Amino acid sequence: MSVRNMKTFMGALSSVLLLAAAPAWAEYALNLTEGVTPLSRNIYDLHMTIFYICCVIAVIVFGVMFWSIFHHRKSRGAQPAKFHHNTTVEIIWTAVPILILVVMAIPATKSLILIESTGDSDLTIKVTGHQWRWQYEYIEEGIEFFSSLDANSNEARQLKSGIDPSQIDNYLLEVDNPVVVPVGQKIRFMTTASDVIHSWWVPDLGWKRDSIPGFINESWAIIEEEGTYRGQCAELCGRDHAFMPIVLKAVSEDEYYDWVGEMMMVAMEAEAGADREWTMDELMAQGEQVYGTFCVACHQVNGMGIPGAFKPLVGSPIATGPVEDHIDVVMNGVAGTAMAPFGMQLNDVDIASVITYERNAWGNDMGDMVQPSTIAAMR
Amino acid sequence: MSDVAAHEHHHDDHDHKPTGLGRWLFSTNHKDIGTMYLVFSLIMFFVGGAMAMVIRAELFQPGLQFVDPQFFNAMTTMHALIMIFGVIMPAGVGLANWMIPIMIGAPDMALPRMNNMSFWILPFAFAMLLATFFMEGGAPNGGWTMYPPLVTQLGEGFPYLIFTVHFLGVSSIMGAINIIATVFNMRAPGMGFMQLPLFVWTWIITAFLLIASMPVLAGAVTMLLTDKYFGTSFFVAAGGGDPVMFQHIFWFFGHPEVYILILPAFGIVSQIIPTFARKPLFGYESMVYATAAIAFLSFFVWAHHMFTVGMPLAGELFFMYATMSIAVPTGVKIFNWLATMWRGSMTFETPMLFALAFVILFSIGGFSGLMLGITPADFQYHDTYFVVAHFHYVLVTGALFALMAATYFWLPKWTGHMYDETLGQAHFWLSTISVNVLFFPQHFLGLAGMPRRIPDYAVQFTEWNMISSLGGFAFGLSQLLFVWVIIKCVREGKKADEQVWEGARGLEWTLPSPPPFHSFTVPPKVDASVAHS
Repeated sequence: MSVRNMKTFMGALSSVLLLAAAPAWAEYALNLTEGVTPLSRNIYDLHMTIFYICCVIAVIVFGVMFWSIFHHRKSRGAQPAKFHHNTTVEIIWTAVPILILVVMAIPATKSLILIESTGDSDLTIKVTGHQWRWQYEYIEEGIEFFSSLDANSNEARQLKSGIDPSQIDNYLLEVDNPVVVPVGQKIRFMTTASDVIHSWWVPDLGWKRDSIPGFINESWAIIEEEGTYRGQCAELCGRDHAFMPIVLKAVSEDEYYDWVGEMMMVAMEAEAGADREWTMDELMAQGEQVYGTFCVACHQVNGMGIPGAFKPLVGSPIATGPVEDHIDVVMNGVAGTAMAPFGMQLNDVDIASVITYERNAWGNDMGDMVQPSTIAAMR
Repeated sequence: MSDVAAHEHHHDDHDHKPTGLGRWLFSTNHKDIGTMYLVFSLIMFFVGGAMAMVIRAELFQPGLQFVDPQFFNAMTTMHALIMIFGVIMPAGVGLANWMIPIMIGAPDMALPRMNNMSFWILPFAFAMLLATFFMEGGAPNGGWTMYPPLVTQLGEGFPYLIFTVHFLGVSSIMGAINIIATVFNMRAPGMGFMQLPLFVWTWIITAFLLIASMPVLAGAVTMLLTDKYFGTSFFVAAGGGDPVMFQHIFWFFGHPEVYILILPAFGIVSQIIPTFARKPLFGYESMVYATAAIAFLSFFVWAHHMFTVGMPLAGELFFMYATMSIAVPTGVKIFNWLATMWRGSMTFETPMLFALAFVILFSIGGFSGLMLGITPADFQYHDTYFVVAHFHYVLVTGALFALMAATYFWLPKWTGHMYDETLGQAHFWLSTISVNVLFFPQHFLGLAGMPRRIPDYAVQFTEWNMISSLGGFAFGLSQLLFVWVIIKCVREGKKADEQVWEGARGLEWTLPSPPPFHSFTVPPKVDASVAHS
């Protein structure tokens, strides 16, 4: 092997490093975010400390190696030495790494203790992962809502949509209903899931935490700056794993309480709607909207599903059969399949309207209606 | 009559090979079985590689251009299953089959019929796995880690996935038993354990890891099967089960598994560096102990793959400290290789180039591994492209590069021909440059917040994904050159002598190149000139 080739390699290596360091590339993020919470800054500092230690070790180890490669080569007339053992050196290079690891472990342990201190929170938000959206419940305020990928991103992300993602604002990182939280308060996040394992991750908060059916995990954050922070599901959760983003709006306390008031009004209106008789047109309009949020990812806009993966609704024995069976499937799901139980996720109006919609859309003309009161009676 | 019998007996002693298809189907010869393992893993390398090309093509730019997300998930899942169980593991077993008997002076493997079976299970197991592409619900798409409840949403392919894993486990365990039986019973006189070549040592330890860990995987997937079809609730929260328990069981197998993939690579590099440095391996004993220590520790670190599931603080601390401690024996190995090179008389033929690239690039994977082991930081890194970059540095530029080094190192011994050195070095440089273009930017993507296992991404990740994809295509194409070098070497090339490499030491280099069909039918004499290199 020639020196020339070795130089090519070094050249390639250094150009990669230069590329990474050049200011022109700064806008294409290279490093972890510092984030906006005490935890995220703590983790960022830890990350940089460990990274620099690794860099120093790498420079020394690779330096010795390249020195040897250049000097101890046969083409330079090097004669091989005979040694194959040196106890002193071997003890040193076992002991020194242990010391370095201890130096790393101390700040890491401190960080971990801080991260696990979830007590004394001002506000608790329960985060539930569903295929494929997030549900947020503000335990103290009694607010509850779903948060799904916004319509523009959803349209553009379809296979061969022909829409340029760079023309969409915050492509794949925008939702219909963001989580709104106050700055400066200790927020406790409790993560869980209804179907499969998801993972709730906003990099600016400094951590991700799995949301697991049957478990409730606790994490916390004190957000120090107002702003909009975006994240994604981090645990593979099926077909649309890439399409259930998180948008967190941190606002002042006043704005937060305004928002809480608005959300309570919306909830009261929804509750009022459950008691009255709905017309076919109202149910169809509401049902189409619910379908577009909760059902479309699997069963598709045209109700045809995806062959081999998700069943069609057009002419299906459920959607064109007895209405009781249809209600049962929507409310209780189908065990062992991707069909989730929506009974706990959706209110009476939404379930009634979406079933009505499915029985009367795409040429399914059953002509029957399901009223919210029917659903309420079946709970 | 007695004349004929004597004649036939005489004939058997010679280099008598069965011919035709039967030679391969019914083979009990360690060299033929080794060749079959190696050819099989080379074919599967291109099957798994083709899936990687689909992944990189879809990720070349944001938006979905080519495949449905569910098919993309099948690609990532199958790519992993094939590369781990169909490429790296069979290639390691193939090398063990070919080399261990001729390194320890044995006539063949201890259990030759079982050897045949452990190979022939593989093509059927993978045919079954690949058949799932044509089933309702498609191929496995819940990740190679098969986490429930997601994995149980798979359609008709599900039981095929489970039984494939069972078959692969059976094959691996039989291979491991055979290696242990061979090394423990069939060493030539004078070849004590501390005279074994390091490749043999790493394989003994790997074989014990296999026997200890594969049944655990078999148990875990069997519980998945009964959960789906027989109404049990091992991992079903609604039935009182625990989905996190699967992850604990899986990674109790999974972490030893990563050492199953990498320890034979350590062995290969420990054979190659002394050969081309023309100097004995530094710290032979500490190499053996470090390998054993890594294997032992691998049973106590599993939960670092799942820090984000929410464990008690004490658990997180324990697994963090245990994980960090693995850096110590791994560091010892790196330092020993450096000390072996130090004041040697090095030349840089293709095997040495791959071995040196291994040391550097595996170390980079080791550094990112150390960073991932720091629990608080892992809360950011986990399930991002940083992890993807990490394990591809240790498995591609680590395990795979070592396997390529081994191929170039022993190809002249296997075929009797020298490979084309110019083409070999071209393959090395193309691979090494492209693999770094492929995987290095993935560190940046992960740190910047790109989750793994996604078919589409936010636009700020576009540039690095494009660069990574270009590197991926170049790396994929470069491997065609590898196949060409091998085919060319099998067919023609300068005649290789017994020694092949100037600095080579060990029993395998005392045999002609290629070695006769049956070798060491009379145990060789082992002395200082051939004992551990």
